[in-house]
Amino acid sequence: MLSNKEVAEELIRVFSDEVSGFEEPFGLLTFHTTRQQIIPVLQHLYNHSYYQVRFLTDLTGIHFPEQKGAEFAVVYHLHSLIHNFRLRIKVFLDKDDVHIPTATNLYSCANWMERETFDFYGIEFDGHPKLIRILNIEEMDYFPMRKEYPLEDPTRDDKIDALFGR
Amino acid sequence: MSDTIEIVPKDKLQPAGAQPELISELTTLNLGPTHPATHGIFQNILQMDGEKIVSGEQTIGYIHRAFEKIAERRPFYQITTLTDRMNYCSSPINNFGWHMTVEKLLQVEVPKRAQYIRVIMMELARIADHIVCNGILGVDSGAFTGFLYVMQKREEIYEMYEQVCGARLTTNMGRIGGMERDLSTEAIRKIREFTKTFPPVLKEFEKLFNRNRIFMDRTIDVGGITAERALDYGFTGPNLRAAGVDYDVRVMNPYSSYEDFEFDIPVGQSGDTYDRFMVRNEEMWQSLRIIEQALDNLPEGPYYADAPEYYLPAKKDVYTSMEALIYHFKIVMGEIDAPVGEVYHAVEGGNGELGFYLVSDGGRAPYRLHFRRPSFIYYQAYPEMCKGLTISDAIIIMSSLNVIAGELDA
Repeated sequence: MLSNKEVAEELIRVFSDEVSGFEEPFGLLTFHTTRQQIIPVLQHLYNHSYYQVRFLTDLTGIHFPEQKGAEFAVVYHLHSLIHNFRLRIKVFLDKDDVHIPTATNLYSCANWMERETFDFYGIEFDGHPKLIRILNIEEMDYFPMRKEYPLEDPTRDDKIDALFGR
Repeated sequence: MSDTIEIVPKDKLQPAGAQPELISELTTLNLGPTHPATHGIFQNILQMDGEKIVSGEQTIGYIHRAFEKIAERRPFYQITTLTDRMNYCSSPINNFGWHMTVEKLLQVEVPKRAQYIRVIMMELARIADHIVCNGILGVDSGAFTGFLYVMQKREEIYEMYEQVCGARLTTNMGRIGGMERDLSTEAIRKIREFTKTFPPVLKEFEKLFNRNRIFMDRTIDVGGITAERALDYGFTGPNLRAAGVDYDVRVMNPYSSYEDFEFDIPVGQSGDTYDRFMVRNEEMWQSLRIIEQALDNLPEGPYYADAPEYYLPAKKDVYTSMEALIYHFKIVMGEIDAPVGEVYHAVEGGNGELGFYLVSDGGRAPYRLHFRRPSFIYYQAYPEMCKGLTISDAIIIMSSLNVIAGELDA
């Protein structure tokens, strides 16, 4: 059984201060890295002869409009099936430069997950084979999961928050 | 798309009477969006070389309902109804998966009895899910009878859902913190009876298919995938196990007391359609084993956690006690603030690892909720799996993958 501490120490040894913000919410090792280092980090975990973190469980985005300079987060959930060890990696991106290298060369399943993240947050995955919208229509000109788009149709005034006690 | 199709140029046209030159020409074929054999709205634009599929292009999102966005405005208990509508063949698993995610965030300990009831309902849901998948696989390969035999048992499972939660398809079963009501004696009787009456039906179903020459010819070595490719494509659940990887969330990361039960994880070898079918059949037997064990050892005690801020009080208390009335009001109006936190919780859904990634900023609704939908992830492999095969194979591969449109599009 791998321990969070062990993996964290190994990552710090290899990537020194390129990996930071280690924490373990509900026992899941979580840390941040930069977009320059995300692919090397994933690659290192993938090719590591002992850890073998080869399963990409989930890839998604989050929007934090309040965090200046780090408005978007791309979150990777990885799983080492050999050791049953899960970890979470976050990469924060500036809203004016939402580019991050694609992980499709490592995991085929990243293809649609990246397309979904692009579809909803507008995060550009550089090198992705076909970065187009996946769930929404092609003609859409905004990224609906961003926090600036309220849920209800803004043109309707019969659904204002006050009427719903919000 | 159109530039891959070669049309015979004018100057290549043969004069009348001459032997025509053979030109390989690809045909574009639309499989879907509405096709009776896709069981949902998926579009596959296939390039065909005669009978053989050369490549495929998928279009999804036809029933996208923006659940993740809606969830950002809803109190936690109202999100359960969204999860119903993802994998609608096994809604209780989605419901409990969501409840367990929230309980993890709130750090609520659910009593054993509620956990066992959840296990029973989740395994019934798994049986219902696999019944539909395998029955439809039979229908798509030309054997309608087996589907009708098992469909009746699914109806019985839905009656048990009704007994437990009052609904059939969109169950909204359970509450954050436990179950909304205890298992009634009638429900227990029905489940007991089911564990007796289901095995002969499943046996008959297996007899119809397992060694059926036509069925074997249609499914063996059709749509096979190696374990490496399956893992690369993020396969989970029965589809991954059919490829020979014994990954099951119930065993790897036990939740809701799954560690108390004795059951096997069936695995296949070649990951083809036949293996997927057999793995699902065997999983139904294992689910029955779990249900029997859970019923035999059903612990006494409360069926909900002692968490008054999150679990609705009993109606008679609401009418008589001030405290209960306040909690009732606050819960129903969604005025309970959740703690700050970040949770990933996975359950073994009907077709794979169903994950909930919940980020809470301390508000009344999730700051961000992401559903890891297994069929969204593994459906990407579909063009690769049907390359070089015929349309009729493509249809049964899709049935055997158990892609659920509601879950695919969320």
